[in-house]
Amino acid sequence: MKAREQRLAALRRDIPQVSPAEARELVAGGAALVDVREPDEVSQGSPAGALRIVRGFLELRVEDALPDPARTVLVMCAGGVRSLFAAEGLRQLGYRDVRSVTGGFDRWKAEGLPVEVPRALDREDRERYARHVLIPEVGEAGQLKLLQSKVLLVGVGGLGCPAALYLAAAGVGTLGLVDDDVVERSNLQRQVLHGEADVGRPKVESARERLAALNPALLVREFRERLTSANVERLFSGWDVVVDGSDNFATRYLVNDACVKLNLPNVHGSVFRFEGQVSVFWPRGPHGGPCYRCLYPEPPPPELAPSCAEAGVLGVLPGVVGLLEAVEALKILLGLGTPLVGRLLHYDALLPRFMELRLERDPACRWCAPGASFPGYVDYEAFCSAAGRGA
Amino acid sequence: MDSVEAVTVTIRIPAPLRPATGGLAEVAVTGRTAGEALQDLARLHPDVRARLLDARGELRPFVNVYVGERSLRALGGLAAPLQDGAVLAIVPAVAGGAP
Repeated sequence: MKAREQRLAALRRDIPQVSPAEARELVAGGAALVDVREPDEVSQGSPAGALRIVRGFLELRVEDALPDPARTVLVMCAGGVRSLFAAEGLRQLGYRDVRSVTGGFDRWKAEGLPVEVPRALDREDRERYARHVLIPEVGEAGQLKLLQSKVLLVGVGGLGCPAALYLAAAGVGTLGLVDDDVVERSNLQRQVLHGEADVGRPKVESARERLAALNPALLVREFRERLTSANVERLFSGWDVVVDGSDNFATRYLVNDACVKLNLPNVHGSVFRFEGQVSVFWPRGPHGGPCYRCLYPEPPPPELAPSCAEAGVLGVLPGVVGLLEAVEALKILLGLGTPLVGRLLHYDALLPRFMELRLERDPACRWCAPGASFPGYVDYEAFCSAAGRGA
Repeated sequence: MDSVEAVTVTIRIPAPLRPATGGLAEVAVTGRTAGEALQDLARLHPDVRARLLDARGELRPFVNVYVGERSLRALGGLAAPLQDGAVLAIVPAVAGGAP
């Protein structure tokens, strides 16, 4: 008798075995079913609801998925052999009730038990997003979620360019770009999607080309429009997250008001010279918090806003702030961590200092207070720059 | 010794307001309440007043003031008392940046 057969015979004595039908009943009662086959086998089909951890990584990854060592674990491979070895490995990790499914997936399928073809990254995407997939909190499921996500960027300027660049690289499947402006040479100091050859071209066009070169699978929708009360709801419908990278109050209030009305997370960023502000406004989302109008009910009149001549910004500053916005957008899409809701991150590059401020909800806010009926959109006077432009 | 001791606090001035403070990023003022501290700031730097306060001395709706990390609104507004050494931050609405 070969060593292999001896070992298998010992495992068969040692490891309890269940039929596929019994396994299904155990799962209904709370047991976990782990499919340990290779990705190319699983991609053809796997028991519905099974956990899929390839045999080679089983011991390394199983605890994240199954933290309770007392839970019954049913291990499945194709025919019921590899699962015996896998079950043995799980026992050594401390799982107390581990059983192998006799006949494996082949018998499960032959008996007509429920099968699903799991969504999976193709080989190219697994390579492209390998460093995401390696993070347990993201993994293949998180990456698939990103690929199906849609982020609308208002403004493809100083904030929108870096945010779009990294969201595209991260594999957010669809990016919408709202900007009615054309590239000027003075933009190039910070608006990193556009190049010298793009001067005079629509920003949404040069942005799309650059993003497509970075990630050809990305779907980019261009909206070469100035945001107004008339188009804001049409443009905002159907997105998962809005990233505000605008540079004027008229647009910022439209972004806020539409996001409140449509219950969209509004990832907010603004910059001035060496300072930046970042927050997430999502008052009707799972974390509550204020909207932009809770903080600033009305925009300042032109004579009290910093004049255009006084403005200006260190080119890299909107890069820092735009990327913090991209981080918040990704966290929201993946459901990770705590979003920057009800807090304002203030960055002063000169000191340098990150200051965190707590933002209060205004219980009397006309836009987001519970039960408030939407007061309608306001087209504020556009001053300092044309509405719809990126910072 | 006075019956009421002077309370010295620091006010952080945001970049958009610095032209009104001669470029200062922080100004030391006195005041037992947030309102008194802001009035002292406006006394020291008169150009600040119109940007910060309206004709009735109320905070303008596009400016927020924080004591530590808490919004003045949550602390009772301009009447909020200050501890010696408190740090106030003025955070105005910022449109965006550099057109």
